[in-house]
Amino acid sequence: MSDAERWTPAEDLGGPAEPLLKVERLTKHFPVKSAGLFQRKRVARAVDGVSFTIAKGETLGVVGESGCGKSTTARLLMHLIEPDAGEVIFDGELVGETLGLRELRRRMQMVFQDSYASLNPRLTIVDSLTFAPVVHGVPAAQALALASELLEQVGLDPKVVLGRYPHELSGGQRQRVNIARALALKPRLVILDEAVSALDKSVEAQVLNLLVELKQRFDLTYMFISHDLNVVHYIADRAMVMYLGKIAELGPVEAIYAAPRHPYTRALLAARLSTDPQARTYAVALEGDPPNPIDPPSGCRFRTRCPLAAEVCAAQEPATVEVGPGHSVACHLYDPASGNREAQANV
Amino acid sequence: MSEPPMLEVSNLSVAFATSRGTIQAVNGVDFHLRRGETLCLLGESGSGKSVTLRALMRLLPEPLARVAGRVVLAGEDIYGLPERRVEDLRGKTVSMVFQEPMLAFDPVYAIGRQIAEVITRHEGVTRAQADARALELLEKVQIPSAKQRLSAYPHEMSGGMRQRAMIALALACNPAILLADEPTTALDATVQMQVLLLLRRLQAETGMAVMLVTHDIGVAAEMADRVAVMYAGRIVEQGTVAQVLKDPLHPYSQGLLASTVHAGWKGRRLEAIPGSPPDLIDPPPGCAFAPRCPRRFALCEKNSPQDTGLTEGRSARCLALEAQPS
Amino acid sequence: MESSVATTMTPQSLKAIRSPGYGSLFVRRLRADRVTLACLAILVVIALAAIFADHLALADPLKTSMVRRLKPIGTPGFWLGSDELGRDMLSRLVYGGRMSLLMGTWPVANAVIVGGALGIVAGYAGGWLNMAIMRTVDVFYAFPSVLLAVAISGALGSGLKNAIVALTVVFIPPLVRIAETAATQVRGLDYVEAARASGAGAATIIRVHLLPNVLGPIVVYASGLFSVSIILASGLSFLGLGVEPPQAEWGLMLNTLRQAIYVQPWVAILPGAMIFATSICFNMASDGLRAAMESRS
Repeated sequence: MSDAERWTPAEDLGGPAEPLLKVERLTKHFPVKSAGLFQRKRVARAVDGVSFTIAKGETLGVVGESGCGKSTTARLLMHLIEPDAGEVIFDGELVGETLGLRELRRRMQMVFQDSYASLNPRLTIVDSLTFAPVVHGVPAAQALALASELLEQVGLDPKVVLGRYPHELSGGQRQRVNIARALALKPRLVILDEAVSALDKSVEAQVLNLLVELKQRFDLTYMFISHDLNVVHYIADRAMVMYLGKIAELGPVEAIYAAPRHPYTRALLAARLSTDPQARTYAVALEGDPPNPIDPPSGCRFRTRCPLAAEVCAAQEPATVEVGPGHSVACHLYDPASGNREAQANV
Repeated sequence: MSEPPMLEVSNLSVAFATSRGTIQAVNGVDFHLRRGETLCLLGESGSGKSVTLRALMRLLPEPLARVAGRVVLAGEDIYGLPERRVEDLRGKTVSMVFQEPMLAFDPVYAIGRQIAEVITRHEGVTRAQADARALELLEKVQIPSAKQRLSAYPHEMSGGMRQRAMIALALACNPAILLADEPTTALDATVQMQVLLLLRRLQAETGMAVMLVTHDIGVAAEMADRVAVMYAGRIVEQGTVAQVLKDPLHPYSQGLLASTVHAGWKGRRLEAIPGSPPDLIDPPPGCAFAPRCPRRFALCEKNSPQDTGLTEGRSARCLALEAQPS
Repeated sequence: MESSVATTMTPQSLKAIRSPGYGSLFVRRLRADRVTLACLAILVVIALAAIFADHLALADPLKTSMVRRLKPIGTPGFWLGSDELGRDMLSRLVYGGRMSLLMGTWPVANAVIVGGALGIVAGYAGGWLNMAIMRTVDVFYAFPSVLLAVAISGALGSGLKNAIVALTVVFIPPLVRIAETAATQVRGLDYVEAARASGAGAATIIRVHLLPNVLGPIVVYASGLFSVSIILASGLSFLGLGVEPPQAEWGLMLNTLRQAIYVQPWVAILPGAMIFATSICFNMASDGLRAAMESRS
C-alpha cells in the first residue's frame, strides 16, 4: 500500500493506557565559544535530564521563562536538534529504533511562534500546504484536495487563500495556515510552541477556540508551550513548569494553580498581572533575572533566587518527589530524604 | 485640577503616503495628561497607538507622515516649533522608553557613557558630574553593582537590566513626561512585574506624567489612572481605569475584556471578537468597528460616531450610546 | 474517514486564483525604473550587435591596410577611424565586443553555478563540511583578484579558454561566501525547520525552500561582477594573457593602440570608452535589480 492510500493518522498501538509520549532523561548541552584557546570548554545546559509523559488525548501545558529550555525540548522531540542523551518513546515505540524519523514526522508535528517566518515567502499557501504530503508520496491532485479541506477546517476560505502569498494574509490567518500545515500529515501529537503568543488578544481567542475544536475533531494530543500562565490554565489538563533546563513541577493544572508547591511555581503565579485595578500587585514575587544556562548554579538551579533556599540546596540537586496523584515537585522542601529541616512538615 | 494639563492633544491625525494609497494610521485623537497621572493607550496591533506616541515627540518621519492637529506639551505647541527647539525638549521635558531596550542604546558604547551624554547635552554640566548622576540613576533603577555596570555594554546585560538602564536613560534629565511604548512586552513574567513596580515607584517619587502604550489589559490595570482604548486609529472609549475595565461601554472594549483568557473560562468556548481589524487604507464610511460589532445596526455603516462626552473625562464613540439619553 | 468537501479545488481553478507572484512584482517595479531600463537597453544593443556582427554590413575586422592607418573618426568608410594597422575601428569594436562580453559573462556564469552550489551546500550542511569549504575559499581570498587572475592565467598560458578559467576561479570565492551567508540565514528560519519537521530530505528542502530565497542575493551580486569581469578580462588581454592578436578584443585593442594616443587620441581611447560604458551599464543595472528585488509589499 502506498503512502497515499494510507493517508490516515497512525494507528493507536498501545491502547489508552500507554502514554502517547514518554520522555526519559532528555539532555542537550550546547557548546559555547570559549574565550581563549586553553579555556575550559563551556556548555549551555539547555535541557538537562528532563523526563515526563503525555497521555493520549490530553493537553500538556509547558511554562517557564526564557532560558528554561521549553523550546529546546520541543525541538529535541521533533528531532530538529539531536539530543545528547535520553529516550523518546512514542506510543510504545522507541524513536530511532522501532520508529524511524520519517515515520515520526508523520505522527508528531509542530506549530511555531512566528507566523510569518514559518511560511516560505516565495511559495503560495497551496504550495506550502502541499509540500509535506507530496514529500510523503501523496499524488498532487489528492494533496490539493487535502489542502482545500484543511483550510476549511481551520476557518479559511480555500478559494481566497490558496493562491495567496504569506505577506498578503494577516497574522491570525497565517497562524491558521500554519496549523493547517501541521495537520496535513495527520499527526497524533501537535506541539504548539508559543503558537498564540504573537497574536493580538482578540485573534488569540479565536485561534484557541479553533485549537480546542480541532483537538476534539481529530482526536489530537497537544503539548502547549507558552509563557502566558492564564492561557495554559485555560487550555491544559496537566502543566509542567521548567526552570533552567529542568522540570520544577509537574502535575494536574488545577492542582498546580490552586496550590503550587515549588517556590518558583509560586513566584511565577504571583507574577501574573492583576486585571482588577482595585486589586493591584504591590510586591515583587521574585528578584533578579533568570540566570544563564551556561554555568548554572550548583545543586538546585533555582536557589540563587529562591526565598526558601537552605544549605542543602547548594550541595545537592533536588530529587523529584510525588506530592499528590500525578503531581511531582523537584524541591528539597518536599523530600524528607534531603535533610532539609522543613521537609518533614510538608510531606 | 487648576493646573493646566502637561500634555494636551487635540484632533491629532497621522497619515502615511504609500504606493498602495494613504494609510490613515491615526484619525482624530483627543486626550490630555496631567502631572502625576498615568494614562494608558490600550489597543491591538494596527490600532495606531504607537504612531500616536511617536507623534507626541515629533518622531515620525516627515514628509512621509502627514500630521495634523495640535499637540501641546508642557505649554509648547510641538508642531509649531522649529526642529531645534523640539530637540531641546526631547530628553529633557519628555522622554521615551521603548519595547526593545536594544533600540535605545548604541551597542558600541558603554551605557554609563550614553546616559552621561544625555545629561551633558541638556544640562551642560561637566563630565564628572554627569557620570556621578549616571551612577545615581542606575542605583535608582535598582541595577545591582551599579558602579561596575556603568562601563558595561548593552549586550552584556540581561533583558530586564537593559530595560532598567533604558528607564535610567529616559529619566536622566528629570523629564516632566515619560512616554513608554510597550515597555515590558519583551520581558519575562517575573521581570515584568519588577519593572512595572519600579516605574510606579519612580513616578510617585518624581511626580512625572506617564503615558503608557500597551496591548495587555493587565499592564493597564496595574499602572493606569486613566485608560483610552484605541481601535483603527480612533479612541473609542476613555475613562478612569476602573470605569473602562470594570464597566466598558464600547462594544470593542467589552469584546476585548470578554475575550481575555483566564481560568474562569476553562471548558468553555472563549468569546472571541469575530473577524480582524480593518485595512487602514481608505477607511470606509461609518464606524470602523461595525463589521465586527455584535450590536451594530444599519446606521453604523453610514455614520461615523462622534465622541460622546458622558461625564467629566468619560467618553465613548458609539452610535448606540449617542441614541441613549445620558 | 475524511469529511466531505463542500468545494473542490482543481488545478485549473487554482490557477485562476493565484496572486501575482514575486516575478510580476519584480517586473513591474523594474518597469518603473527608467535608468535601469536604459542601461539594460544599451547592454542589449551591444550584445545583439556582438552576436549578429556577421549580419551587419561591417568591414572585415582583420583586413589591414598600411595606407589607411590611424584615420580619424568620421573618415568615409572608416566611421570610427582606423587602428594602427589600418583596420576599421567600428568593425573591430563590434567584433571585439563579442570577445569582451564573452570573457565578461561566461566566467561569472560559471562561478555562479560552481560557487553557488558550494556555498549552498556549505550553508545548509554546517559543521565540518562548512568549515572545510569556507576555509579553502578563504585561502583564495588572500590574493587580490587581479593578481590571482594574472597568476593563474600566466600559469595556464595565454588564450581565451585559459583566461576564462582563470577568471572563473577568481570569482568563485566571493560567490561561495554570498551563497553560504544567504543559505545559513535562510536555513535558520522557521519555515525551513518546518520543512525538516515534515520529513523532507535535504535535496528537496534545498530545491524548494533554499534556492528561491538564496538566488536573489546571488544574482544581484553576480550582476555586479560582470563589469569587474570585463575589466579584468580586458586587463588580461592588455597584458598579453587572454585573447591573442590579431583577434579583436577591447583590452587588447587598448594595448596595441597605446602608441597611437599621441597621433589619434580619440580613436585610441575608443576601446576604453566601450569598456567603461559597458561596465557602468552593468553596475547600474545591477543596482536597479537589487532595488527591484529588495522590498516586498
